[in-house]
Amino acid sequence: MTPSLTPGQALASIAVMALVTFLTRALPFLLFDHGDHPPRIILYLGQVLPPAVIAMLIVYCLKGVTFSTPAGWVPALVAGLAAVVLHLWRHNDLISIFGATILYMVLVQSVFA
Amino acid sequence: MNRKAIAAAFPVTIPVLMGYLAIGVAFGLMLQSIGYSAPWAVLMSLVIYAGSGQYLGVSLLAMGAPLTQVALMTFIVNFRHLVYGLSLLEKFHGMGARKFYMMFSLTDETYALLSSARPPEGIPARDFYFWVSLLNQSYWIAGSLLGAMAGQLLGFDTTGVDFAMTALFIVIAVDQWHSYPRHLPALLGAGATLVCLLLFGAENMLLPALGVIVLVLTLARPVLDMSPAKKGAEAP
Repeated sequence: MTPSLTPGQALASIAVMALVTFLTRALPFLLFDHGDHPPRIILYLGQVLPPAVIAMLIVYCLKGVTFSTPAGWVPALVAGLAAVVLHLWRHNDLISIFGATILYMVLVQSVFA
Repeated sequence: MNRKAIAAAFPVTIPVLMGYLAIGVAFGLMLQSIGYSAPWAVLMSLVIYAGSGQYLGVSLLAMGAPLTQVALMTFIVNFRHLVYGLSLLEKFHGMGARKFYMMFSLTDETYALLSSARPPEGIPARDFYFWVSLLNQSYWIAGSLLGAMAGQLLGFDTTGVDFAMTALFIVIAVDQWHSYPRHLPALLGAGATLVCLLLFGAENMLLPALGVIVLVLTLARPVLDMSPAKKGAEAP
């Protein structure tokens, strides 16, 4: 597959990702290193936002699912359920992620190809 | 001179070694599958260094997202880091130039180790913390490189490898479901995004979804905010 961005555009994207990621990690030190207390609303959002954002990202990941043919939704449903079941069963991130991904790859490459 | 500190830090980082090699390999494979070879994988793991962030980065590069969207999405997925630093202010105090790297390298896993691990007798705490952080990133870079090279050299069909991102987020969600006292934020996140997907389509769903999520969570604060009563309820 050929990238849709020029190398320069890709570098710019990566630079933005790097800068923003660093900012989210460094801001608490820059803002609150002098004994100031962070606003309560930030602490509150820091607690409730992560599970909401992860749920948002799961829906985002599944945005390509279509229901016109079984191939459009069965692999994602089966592999997604496998990730949940594997994780509840073994509590091991790697087994859950790799098990589900390999299952998905087999389904889209062989079963629903 | 630092050998003792490295020897003390390494055993602590072994679980992260396993995890980062594996998740890094999957990242390298995904990046390679959208047409970016090993140097790109190493570059991203060197300067960005974020698990979910780089997985999402693959998706952003693949669709050629505009820089504003790249910035916003990266900010959203890393928002949780804003609270990590708060509990480490004391630990990083007086680390001088190395403090810059300590802030840069504060991933979920490094945060977990730095919060819990204690330096052994006779090892300066700051050297110990620094090497924990540096070792962790070296595993991440090595994993990314391995994955990208495996994709290139072995040339196997990587169709569907992008599901690793979905699986990663599902695993995080399952863990959060157990560790969070309330499930409303997660249900709201899924519900609001689904509605926005139907209303605005796959290309434009994220910004309105995030707006709705932040708005509803802010309005629901009287119900959900329990921090003064239960300080220990924060997620890792």
